[in-house]
Amino acid sequence: MIRKFIQILIITMFLQSGVALAGSADSEELKGSKSKSSANECFEGVSRAIFKFNYALDGAVFEPVAKGYRSLPQGLRKGTGNVVDNLRSLLTLTNNLLQGDFRGAGSTAGRFAINTTVGVFGIFDPATKLGLAESQKEDFGQTMGVWGVDSGCYFVLPILGPTTIRDSVGLIGNTFLDPVYQITHNTEISNGVVGNGNYSEHNYYYYRGTGAIDFRAKNIESFNSLENNSIDLYASVKSLYLQDRSKKISDLKTSTETLSDDDWEEIDSN
Amino acid sequence: MKKKIFIIIFLIFGLTQNCYAYSSDPKQFITEVVDETKKILVGTNQKEFKEKKLEEVAKKTADIKGIGMYTLGKYRKNLTDEQLSKYEMLFEKYFLKSFSSRLSDYSDPKIDVLSAEILNPKYTIVKSVLLSTKKKPALQIDWRVYTKNPEKPLIRDLIVEGLSLARTQKEEFASVIESNNKDINKLFDALEEFIAK
Repeated sequence: MIRKFIQILIITMFLQSGVALAGSADSEELKGSKSKSSANECFEGVSRAIFKFNYALDGAVFEPVAKGYRSLPQGLRKGTGNVVDNLRSLLTLTNNLLQGDFRGAGSTAGRFAINTTVGVFGIFDPATKLGLAESQKEDFGQTMGVWGVDSGCYFVLPILGPTTIRDSVGLIGNTFLDPVYQITHNTEISNGVVGNGNYSEHNYYYYRGTGAIDFRAKNIESFNSLENNSIDLYASVKSLYLQDRSKKISDLKTSTETLSDDDWEEIDSN
Repeated sequence: MKKKIFIIIFLIFGLTQNCYAYSSDPKQFITEVVDETKKILVGTNQKEFKEKKLEEVAKKTADIKGIGMYTLGKYRKNLTDEQLSKYEMLFEKYFLKSFSSRLSDYSDPKIDVLSAEILNPKYTIVKSVLLSTKKKPALQIDWRVYTKNPEKPLIRDLIVEGLSLARTQKEEFASVIESNNKDINKLFDALEEFIAK
C-alpha cells in the first residue's frame, strides 16, 4: 500500500512540474481571474479526450443504471442514500478534526451516533429531526485547501472525473482517513480488533458505487440541462467543479460570500 | 364627453404603467417573476407556446445586454462595432433559447422566495428555494438583481447551490475563444449552431 502511495505521489509531483509548460495552452480568462475558483489546465488535450471517454461511459452505463435506480420505491432510495451518507460522514468527521473544526466534528459525530442507533444503521435520519442538520461533506482535498495548499492544475481522471493536483492527492489521502476503507481493507483490524470476514474489500466498493449512483440519480435532469445548454460542455463542467470546490473549501454558505462584484463592476446597462 | 376623456387618460396611463409591470422591491419583483413563470409552465403543455411566453418574461425581467457583456469578459474590449452588434444579436437569441429550454423542463416548480440581502446600491441578492420533489432534492437558488435603476430591477445572474450560471457561461465562452486562437468568429459559429439546434 505504502509503495503504491509513493508511486502515486511521484506521478503527482511529475504532473505538478508539468504545469508551467502545459498551462501555456490554457484559457487566459480561466487562469487570469483573481478568484480562487480558477485553475490552469495540466494537459487540456488529454483531459478533453478522457472527458469524452467518461461522457460516453456515463451514457452507456451510469445514466441507465441511475435511471433504473430511480425507478425503485422512493422509501428504498431514501433509505439507501441515508445509509451511504451516514457511512460517508465518518470521512467528514476525520476531516472536520484535521481542519480544526471541532464544532463541526461534534455535530457530525452526534449525527452518526444517533442515526446509526436510533436510525437503524443509518436507514433513517432522526438526527435532522432532533435539530442536528446535515453538514457539508468534507474530504482530504478540502482539508488541504483549508491548510492553504493551492489547487494546482486541473485535469480529468478516467471514470472519477474532474479534479486538480490537490484533489487527486486528496483522493489518496481519503483512503487512509476513511474508517470505512480501513475497516474493509486492513486485515489486522478485520482479523483482530473489529472482527470478522464480513468486512471484505468489495463492501467498500459497493458502498462507494451506491453513493455514486445515488448522486447520479438525483442529478439526471441537471446533467441533461447542462448538456443541452452548453456550447462547450467540458468548460462548463470545469467551471462548475472549480466553483464548487472553492465554495466548499471556504465553507461558504451564502452567495453573497461566494460572489465578488468585481467581475460585474464595469457592466452598466441601464 | 368628460367620461370619454377620462377613459382615454385612464387607458394611456394604464398602458404606460404596464410597460414595466413589476414591483421595484427586489424580493417582490422575484416573487412576481416566479409566479408569472409558474403560470406559464402550468398553463399549457405546448412546448413552443411555453417557450415563447418564457422568452417574453426573460426579455422584460433579465438584463440580457449586461449579462452578454459580462459573459464576453475581457474580449468585449477588442471587438469592432460590427462584431459587437453581431454578438449582442446572437447572445440575445442564445440566452432566450437557453433560458426557455432550461425552464420548460419543469412542469410545476414550487419555489419559495425567502429573503433579500442588499449588497450595495447596484445589487441585491434574493434568496429562494426550489422545493424537493419525489425525484429531485431541494435546490437553493439565489438571484442577483441589478438595482442601478431602483424603479426597474433586472435579473443578472442565477446562483444555484452557490454556483453562478453567468460565471459558468463566461468561462465557457472564454474556453471557446481561447481554444480557437482567440478568434471571436468561432464563438459566433458556436452560438449560431446552438441557436439552430
